[in-house]
Amino acid sequence: QDIRNTVGNIPMEWYQDFPHIGYNLEGKRIYKPIRNKDELDMFLEKMENPDYWRTVQDKMTGADIKLTDEQVDLVHRLQKGQFGDVHFNPYEPAVDFFTHEVMIHPVTNRPADKRSFIPSLIEKEKVSKLVHAIKMGWIKPRKPKDDTPTYYDLWAHEDPNSILGRHKMHVPAPKMKLPGHEESYNPPPEYLLSEEEKLAWEQQEPAERKLNFVPQQYRCLRAVPAYSRFIHERFERCLDLYLCPRQRKMRVNVDPEDLIPKLPKPRDLQPFPTTQALVYRGHTSLVRCLSISPSGQWLVSGSDDCTVRFWEVCTARCMKTLPVGGVVKSVAWNPNPTICLVAICVEQSVLLVNPCLGDKLLYGATDQLLESYVAPEEERVQPVQWVMATMEEHSKGVRLVIQHSKAVKQVTWHGKGDYFASVVSDNSNMQVLIHQTSKRWSQNPFRKSKGLVQCVLFHPIRPYFFVATQRYVRVYNLLKQELTKKLMTNCKWVSSMAIHPGGDNIICGSYDSKLAWFDLDLSTRPYQLLRHHKKALRSVAFHKHYPLFASGSDDGTVIVCHGMVDNDLLQNPLLVPVKVLKGHVLTLDLGVLDVLFHPTQPWVFSSGADGTVRLYT
Amino acid sequence: RRLCILKGIYPHEPKHKKKVNKGSTAARTFYLLKDIKFLLHEPIVNKFREYKVFVRKLRKAYGKSEWSTVDRLKNNKPTYKLDHIVKERYPTFIDALRDLDDALSMCFLFSTFPRTGKCHVQTIQLCRRLAMEFLNYIIASRSLRKVFLSIKGIYYQAEVLGQPVTWITPYTFAHDHPTDVDYRVMATFTEFYTTLLGFVNFRLYHSLNLLYPPKIDGQADVELKPAEGKEYAMDSESYLEKLSALSASLARVVAPTHEDEVEMDEFPVEGETAEQMDARKKEQDALEKHKKLFEGLRFFLNREVPREPLAFIIRCFGGQVSWDKSLCIGATYDVSNPSITHQIVDRPRVEQQVVGRYYLQPQWVFDSVNAKLCLPVADYFPGVLLPPHLSPFVTEQEGDYVPPEKLKLLAMQRGENPGDGRLRDEESEEEDEEEEDDNDKEEEEEEEEEDESEKEEEMKLKKMEEQKTQSNKALPVKVTAGKLRLEDRQRLEQEQQSEEKRLAIMMMKKREKYLYKKIMFGKKRKVREANKLAAKRKAHDTAVKEEKKKSK
Repeated sequence: QDIRNTVGNIPMEWYQDFPHIGYNLEGKRIYKPIRNKDELDMFLEKMENPDYWRTVQDKMTGADIKLTDEQVDLVHRLQKGQFGDVHFNPYEPAVDFFTHEVMIHPVTNRPADKRSFIPSLIEKEKVSKLVHAIKMGWIKPRKPKDDTPTYYDLWAHEDPNSILGRHKMHVPAPKMKLPGHEESYNPPPEYLLSEEEKLAWEQQEPAERKLNFVPQQYRCLRAVPAYSRFIHERFERCLDLYLCPRQRKMRVNVDPEDLIPKLPKPRDLQPFPTTQALVYRGHTSLVRCLSISPSGQWLVSGSDDCTVRFWEVCTARCMKTLPVGGVVKSVAWNPNPTICLVAICVEQSVLLVNPCLGDKLLYGATDQLLESYVAPEEERVQPVQWVMATMEEHSKGVRLVIQHSKAVKQVTWHGKGDYFASVVSDNSNMQVLIHQTSKRWSQNPFRKSKGLVQCVLFHPIRPYFFVATQRYVRVYNLLKQELTKKLMTNCKWVSSMAIHPGGDNIICGSYDSKLAWFDLDLSTRPYQLLRHHKKALRSVAFHKHYPLFASGSDDGTVIVCHGMVDNDLLQNPLLVPVKVLKGHVLTLDLGVLDVLFHPTQPWVFSSGADGTVRLYT
Repeated sequence: RRLCILKGIYPHEPKHKKKVNKGSTAARTFYLLKDIKFLLHEPIVNKFREYKVFVRKLRKAYGKSEWSTVDRLKNNKPTYKLDHIVKERYPTFIDALRDLDDALSMCFLFSTFPRTGKCHVQTIQLCRRLAMEFLNYIIASRSLRKVFLSIKGIYYQAEVLGQPVTWITPYTFAHDHPTDVDYRVMATFTEFYTTLLGFVNFRLYHSLNLLYPPKIDGQADVELKPAEGKEYAMDSESYLEKLSALSASLARVVAPTHEDEVEMDEFPVEGETAEQMDARKKEQDALEKHKKLFEGLRFFLNREVPREPLAFIIRCFGGQVSWDKSLCIGATYDVSNPSITHQIVDRPRVEQQVVGRYYLQPQWVFDSVNAKLCLPVADYFPGVLLPPHLSPFVTEQEGDYVPPEKLKLLAMQRGENPGDGRLRDEESEEEDEEEEDDNDKEEEEEEEEEDESEKEEEMKLKKMEEQKTQSNKALPVKVTAGKLRLEDRQRLEQEQQSEEKRLAIMMMKKREKYLYKKIMFGKKRKVREANKLAAKRKAHDTAVKEEKKKSK
């Protein structure tokens, strides 16, 4: 059987799917030997054929070939790594062709070259180049190894001079925080985070966390794993060391008790009102304003329910109710004890009312005084109209009506009881008017408007007149008819103003919950700015005799302060809050609307948005 | 950047940020001009430049494959030293000691790095050597004070020449190296720190009359040699290993004379009363006692406990320590040695127990060191639920929360026996039960105490709340005269006082008021946190108790 491979050295896979491999000379196919053995046949053959192990398939022809004994032997030898040829001896004795011993005769007979006798030019050139390079310093000789020890006593001579200014300026980096109990591998159980705390911890920003790890408990040291952020933390420390700006910070180390100023005890500053004594009920709406008779027996209050009520102070009895047909903005009792007269602002008019309370002689005299008016011959042009009350009104007690062109905000009496001033809510120069009762005569003191006037006030002794606009308080001399001073209140919106009976100090309450105390002799700026209230101040008041002043605010409290003014001008006034009076109920976000002191007793009245007037004694 | 790290230049926070930053308040870092000028004069700048040039030349030579040039360049590799910078930054030795914390932590971290990648092998080896040398110094001088097992690693605090030095070592596991860390920065820091630590070590060794580089004491060396000499062929390597075994004492320049315990001469300081002197002496005695805490005890470390920290700590306090010979070089005696008094074990149960020694969990060593006395061993037997491990670095101020374990410990330090049976037999179960009862009683007592303290705290809280409400809400103006008489005087007085205080607070200046409010807020927060912890503890205790009851 001599079937040659006719296809040549090509990958045999190409013929895998064909029944033949190549063609013979006649162009007929040379068929592969038929291989239709399945697994079972193969197995049977493997079991039965003793020569199966030496049967190999020839890839070139696809025929099975049985290897001969020599071939099997060759395969074995090659597998062992031996030479294929059996007769080849790898360990033949070595023949020393060229002896290592030096002979006296040369191996060849050739004469020596000339170049072995003369110096080499190339070498010379190279050497000269090197020499030149060394000369020029291009090639440096090998540095000698310095054998100084790496470590030695660096601080052997500590030189005090070496401490430079730098070291004094140096801000040493703060040390790492030492670990607390919660960092322990086995912390007390209270330091472990509960579920919700853990959740909160996870939701926090890494920079915001108080602990940069979750406390965990392990039963034994063996169970503690490596901390995965160890390298991170060292790295962050490194970054802190060289990138964090450093600054010396002075830590305030004060006992908080030391910060509290040492003030005289309120107990030593008595008398001052401490408790609520009486509540005057009757009004059905906000009680806007209060006033008290100079004797201290009667109290008048004006309210949003369009009535004015007269009370007896000691009994809280409502003596009289006067319906006025309009919201009462302001009431003022004539400070002259011989005259019994109340000025009431109702919308566009000011009513002068004789309440007919108390001594009959007194109010009779008042009536007489009012009726004794004789109209002047020549009628003068007046900014307002003075009208006598009608009979009906007269029976109620109204004596005179002064009709303004616009709504009236405030009315205030001069200390003597003849003049009074009224404030009109207007933008023109007609905002402030001064009236004289006895002559029924009014005048406009200002030629120009200087802003929205909030309230006005007469100086108790001297002929000064205070006008509070939104931010400033202007002091006018009425005699000289000039501006004397302009006080800066440092507030946004002044609400009320009161003057010390001595006349040298003023307090201003403002809607931005500040109370400014001015010393007129000292400066035009507040001597002290008190921020006691939490909400807007509505009114402030001074006591006539006692060194007390009070402020009422929207937060429903009245704060009574002790304000001692010495006769000695060198001494600064001493301001001490002595009592916070509470009682008014907040309604419509309004608390206390007006405060007022009793003229003789250390009592304070307050009227509130809850429709009551309260007396604190 | 490298220069800044080496020279210790850091940015400054300007006083007027706007002024410096041309009106804007954006976050920027500011260096002092002076500092930058100072950097310019540094001679090492030139060295760095030379090195840069060298690297460039080398790269070029490699590119052209001029091997002779490469050789020549490598021979002339420029080097620099940081000695003068160390000296400049720390003009006195004490300054250097003060800044040692970070250096040590960094060296210990780097010494645990794998030998491949991340940084040079030499650096790692150097770090390892220096760290080991430092540990040996601490052992020799017995200056370790506090140790703490935290979840981050092990904190040590030593007192070196009067300066507290604290460092942290990670647990000996492979690190998973984070990718967002710039190792070059760390390497620069380490470069400086190794220099610093080397000099500090030199000086410290010399202060104790020890040889530097350290040599293991002659006789100990002889003992070790025959056993280990064969396995460790390389001498240099075995030297470091032996050193790190921490078991042998070091050779001294001057032969150690055992008269170290000379009584300290007393120099009466002027203006110091006898009491102060007494107190100082007492402190000194306590310190001496602390140093000899484990004197005379022989420990054996089982193979599952971390060998290095424990060996270090035990040796620091005068104990003798050994371990399995196959675990590490330097073991001095065997498990079967009958003179062993304590065996440190960290497995739930010990199969073969030898009579005459305590089997303890490693926490005992740490807690004893922190408590400055050998704690009763009963709580630390293998398999027992360990008492909490407290941080020795916390000193509770008044008002802070103190865990009950700490109170117990403080009482023990004062010398009161808390009733824990010290002489308890392991076998007798009856006693065990009794003791449990004892413990229960104790706990109850404690709880009572706690309750009392809590009551007090509650009272305080109430008071504070009252104050708050008073300041916020209505004054008792509605109280009629008749009722007033009924109320006790004390309360009235208190109210008056608090009112006075409030009025006074009203009169404070704006700035002071702000400060006052801040301080008070901080105080209140502290109280709140302490209360929270106490409440948690109480809840936990009751839960545990209930469980106990149920199980009974």
